[in-house]
Amino acid sequence: MTWALSFGSCALLGLPLARPLQNGWVVVDRTGALILSVLAWVGEVSLFGARALIEAFRPPYEFREIARQVFEIGWKSTPLVATAGLAVGVVLSMHTRASLERFGAETMIPAGLAIALVRETGPLITALLVAGRVGAGIGAELGAMKVTDQIDALEAVAVDSFKFLAVTRILACILALPLLTTIADICGIIGGYLAESAVSGMSWQLYFNRAFSLIEFSDFIPATLKTMVFGMIIGTIGCYLGFTTTQGTEGVGRTSTRSVVLSSILIIVANVVLVRLIFFLFPPAA
Amino acid sequence: MNDAPERSNGHGEPAIRLEGVSKSFGQLKVLDDVSLDVAEATCFCLLGRSGTGKSVTLKHIIGLLKPDRGRVFVHGTDVTGLERRELSDVRRSMGFLFQNAALFDSITVGENVAFPMRRHTDWDERKIRETAQAKLADVGLADDFNKMPSDLSGGMKKRAGLARAMALDPDILLVDEPSAGLDPITGDEIDELLVELKKKGTTLVMVTHNLPSARHVADELAMLHEGKLIARGTAEELDRSDNALVRTFMRSEGAG
Repeated sequence: MTWALSFGSCALLGLPLARPLQNGWVVVDRTGALILSVLAWVGEVSLFGARALIEAFRPPYEFREIARQVFEIGWKSTPLVATAGLAVGVVLSMHTRASLERFGAETMIPAGLAIALVRETGPLITALLVAGRVGAGIGAELGAMKVTDQIDALEAVAVDSFKFLAVTRILACILALPLLTTIADICGIIGGYLAESAVSGMSWQLYFNRAFSLIEFSDFIPATLKTMVFGMIIGTIGCYLGFTTTQGTEGVGRTSTRSVVLSSILIIVANVVLVRLIFFLFPPAA
Repeated sequence: MNDAPERSNGHGEPAIRLEGVSKSFGQLKVLDDVSLDVAEATCFCLLGRSGTGKSVTLKHIIGLLKPDRGRVFVHGTDVTGLERRELSDVRRSMGFLFQNAALFDSITVGENVAFPMRRHTDWDERKIRETAQAKLADVGLADDFNKMPSDLSGGMKKRAGLARAMALDPDILLVDEPSAGLDPITGDEIDELLVELKKKGTTLVMVTHNLPSARHVADELAMLHEGKLIARGTAEELDRSDNALVRTFMRSEGAG
């Protein structure tokens, strides 16, 4: 608007735009174009995801393929998520001990660790790990199918490629993330126990009692269910980029990288919004 | 309008009809007002240099691409305006061999062939497996049921793709360069298979650079050049075409 007015004013007055001013407008122009293209992209991805959710409730239902994808995406991610959860539990325990020891509050270590894991660390770490493993995999797999005409081949044998490939993967991500998060939480608490028992010799029973003394369902349920949104993001980004892959194998590589990067960024940004929402909806958890 | 004459094959209602189909990708006009019809149980062969729109024409017939202008009829149904579900019904009566075979690379060759049967029939596992095995045997891949597509040569992939296209015994078979990458003997066997399919009532639309194969299998040939249909007729008629490009193309017997 300002640019138009200024340009219009200069044109009206027959004044040439000063060179520094022209360069400035070029920057504004390009920034505006960039913002518009980003918004257009976000719109396209959002429509893609919304279409997947709508199609999920329309027959025919691809139950077998959804189950296969839950196995591929969920079960095969379990070792990664469990190992990471265990390691994070150990590290969190060490950090928590180092901090709480100063105040003589070592007894709070299990509860502090459990709350940190269940509310935030577990869901976020799980989502980022799955974004790395699955997001890249979905993007690369569908991208390769796109550039080798396999998606067209599905259509040619009268199969709805969007439903068969995208809807099933997005649903599998939505279903798998809460389950994987629960596994990460459990493994993290076990990791915390292993670290704590090695330092203080605390028994499992005492550790367990203290860990869950302050945890309520309102801590666990919203934080775990929010990972369904993370799953939606991972699945949608991977599938969208896969379906829109061009330029052969180079494009497939680019899709794979972009799937991970964009999913991770969007998960972190969405987490901010979701945490705020959870605090609003479940005040006791705040 | 293109210069090719509008003509009927004399076999009644055409199985496939294109009416004034035009298609552009960006600034590139790939098809320009193409009209043609293919009679039931005949083989129509599309010829032309690379990049003249032959594969694009096939993709319009099966509804993978929609024309910018014009209409495409399959068994009298305009596929250009169909909803996804209606289009799926039409596609079930068609088979498509892609130029690069486009086998699903995460499942075995046999499962590729069985895939359409699993999706569209209520056959039991035994019948599906036997039928897939028989289709593979038809294209000379009887021993390759359990191989992965990555274990096959280019020519073998092409044959497996043809077996998948024939899986549901379609009324219409669209084949994009069926003999590309095949040795001459296997190529001849595939030609014979296509002739047999035609005798059984299958309508074939074939894209090929292999003129001996086209002469053997096709009842009618047409040549696309720069998106336009510039000639159409029997092989003999194209041999005597007024168009020098067509005559030159028809003389290049070594192609393929």
